[in-house]
Amino acid sequence: MNGVEDITIIGVGQTAIEREKPADTFADMAYEAVTKALDDAGMSIDDIDNIVTTSNDFWDGRTISSMAVNDAVGAGLGKNITTVEGDGTFSAFYGMCRILSGSYKNSLIVTHVKGSISDNIHITNGIFDPIYMRPIGLDSLNTAALQMRRYMAKYGISEEQCAKVSVKNHANALKNPYAQIKKTFTLEDVMDSRLIADPLKLLDCSPISDGAAAVIISGEESAKKHKNAVKVRGVGYCADAYFLGDRDLADANALDMAASRAYESAEIVDPLSEIDVAEVYDAFSYMELMWYEGLGFCAPGGGGKLIDRGVTEMDGKLPVNPSGGLLSGHPVITGGLIRLIEACLQVRGDAGDHQVKGVKTALAHGVNGACGQSHCVWIVGR
Amino acid sequence: MAKEKTAIVATGQTHHRSSRLDVNGIELIHEAVTRCLEDGELTIDDIDAVVIGNMDHFEGINYVDTWSIDGSGAFMKPIIKVTTGGTTGSTVGHCGYHLVASGMFDKVLAIGWEKNSESDTTAAITTAFDPIWDRLVFAGAISGLAVEAMAYMVKYGATEKDAARVAVRDRKHATNNPYAQLRKEVSIEDVMNSPMLSDPIKLLDVCPRTDGACAVVFASEQYAEKICDRPAWIHGISAKHPYNYLGDYDWEDRLPSMQMASKELYAKAGIKEPLKEIDVMELYLPYSCAGLSWIEALGLCGPGQAPKLLWDGVTDMGGELPINPSGGVIATNCIGATALLRISEAAVQVMGRGGKRQVPDVNTALASGFGGCFWSDVTLLKSTKPK
Repeated sequence: MNGVEDITIIGVGQTAIEREKPADTFADMAYEAVTKALDDAGMSIDDIDNIVTTSNDFWDGRTISSMAVNDAVGAGLGKNITTVEGDGTFSAFYGMCRILSGSYKNSLIVTHVKGSISDNIHITNGIFDPIYMRPIGLDSLNTAALQMRRYMAKYGISEEQCAKVSVKNHANALKNPYAQIKKTFTLEDVMDSRLIADPLKLLDCSPISDGAAAVIISGEESAKKHKNAVKVRGVGYCADAYFLGDRDLADANALDMAASRAYESAEIVDPLSEIDVAEVYDAFSYMELMWYEGLGFCAPGGGGKLIDRGVTEMDGKLPVNPSGGLLSGHPVITGGLIRLIEACLQVRGDAGDHQVKGVKTALAHGVNGACGQSHCVWIVGR
Repeated sequence: MAKEKTAIVATGQTHHRSSRLDVNGIELIHEAVTRCLEDGELTIDDIDAVVIGNMDHFEGINYVDTWSIDGSGAFMKPIIKVTTGGTTGSTVGHCGYHLVASGMFDKVLAIGWEKNSESDTTAAITTAFDPIWDRLVFAGAISGLAVEAMAYMVKYGATEKDAARVAVRDRKHATNNPYAQLRKEVSIEDVMNSPMLSDPIKLLDVCPRTDGACAVVFASEQYAEKICDRPAWIHGISAKHPYNYLGDYDWEDRLPSMQMASKELYAKAGIKEPLKEIDVMELYLPYSCAGLSWIEALGLCGPGQAPKLLWDGVTDMGGELPINPSGGVIATNCIGATALLRISEAAVQVMGRGGKRQVPDVNTALASGFGGCFWSDVTLLKSTKPK
């Protein structure tokens, strides 16, 4: 168990996810998320002894991107601070390890992004090898299209099955006050939406978003009795090969490994039965089906049947993305931390209108890199 | 609660040059990683997790954690990226320490790297600062340092020659380090006569731009002594990044972040007289005058007394507290690797593997990192296990 049984998440905060927040700087968004997380935990910034900010120089258009938010998160008070570049689930893992190391008691994890002032195509083209890959124009959209095509071809998954994810998650988002897109879409709406990169259509893709999120992780004995206390039961993360040609894009081997590590710690043997709700990184509709498989909810290639059978609907055996997921609002970097926040709210019974009944164990998932190269899986519970 | 005693058990670095045209970024990383694994007689299969850092805007690679896999060896392993500007290397080192100390991993590979030959360094650094208030006034790294140097000289009566003495020391020490970029001695006159860059900083006062990488293995108590006969145990760290606007900075107060960080570190490690109790320091001194005011911030002497310490040879090889036996940052500055090189070199000194640059009988070593908006990180390493 490595001591994670002593770790609790006692405060969460997120801004509304919006297409554009013209009135807010990075610092304004981070300050809002931090203030909400502190209020949620019933703490003041004085109770925080270390900070992990999370940002990306490319998305922020400024190097040492932590400088844009340090003031807003309390670094000026002389607290020990660090910055993870990547998805918030990874920085939350580091924040937890800082406590487990015995160095700190309470970690504040903060993430922010403003997709509205970012150039998605060029920024994600920058993920790829500058000599061999960038000149052919790879970016997050067209590589996802390649992955979707390969996934459909290998396992006989249909475009309609992928589209069902979009229908489900958008329906769920209607009940999430933080979601950006709150609109009902039918299967026909998704199938008939504008082609972005064949076979990806507009409603298969997550939108461009602004948003920030924060969580407070505690190792204090007293935190276990906190009204919000959500226990960390297991975390795992793992990275696959870099060059897309070095992977079979239809399979999420790194997710399989990350999930195995988290499940081992949480003593989960049958995830479909033992997990009550999951918030996964559905940057594109087909990805959610692939992640079902990587997370062991079904066998490889079984994602399509799982959605057909309604297993992951709100009233199914294992509801996935009751918040509406990234398809209803996708602030990059922040995306995974919001999944963790939603998982905590579900365990607490504080998810409001999108609450799943009787949640004891919840899963949250974050991704770094193209086509799900690197994954982080959290299991939290009562 | 889990708390593993943690030590550095292996280190590796590239041969640093202003331009390593013979390798790309991934190959540069691979060179440091391979040497580090060889140093510890390890294979990549022994490594449980990897942490890596650099500054994105130098090489223009987004998501360096996932890009670097073929060089870092993190294929089907956990990897994260941390980055905080100039302090990136110490941020990487501290992350490696925390990941092992947490009990989550037994052996963590920490990597810092930079290929500055592919970058427009000053243009990239300029983007760190607030686009409205700071960018237009304080472009790049050197202008802020020049203001700091001038403020120190005016307040304490130090001279440009005093500062030059720091550059002379570090460049002399670098001749003992086979990995250093600038391995040619310079005289006080050479420094004083070198071209003015930003008054009072002249060309030979300041660090170069370097292609280089550094890798370090952190290991838990269970493995440390099996891998290394004299591991460098981590006894404390501190990371203070209190300023973000250059306009907020207290220019006359000799690097307040370093004062905060060292005070916290000394309290953690029970150090009362750093000059006497610490055997060697590897400091991130990106320019000469920092070697005066910042060692005052570290508590080695009182305000304004650093020049005397320098001229008396206290910080030279053979002195009471040698600083930068490696030649330091004025001889080599591969930015994302630089502060990890300080930790690595401090560990090398504790391990007794320094060769010509070895200080005799090192039991306690301090490493520092500098970056961002006058931020400081410190790390204390010892030959003895922490209690």
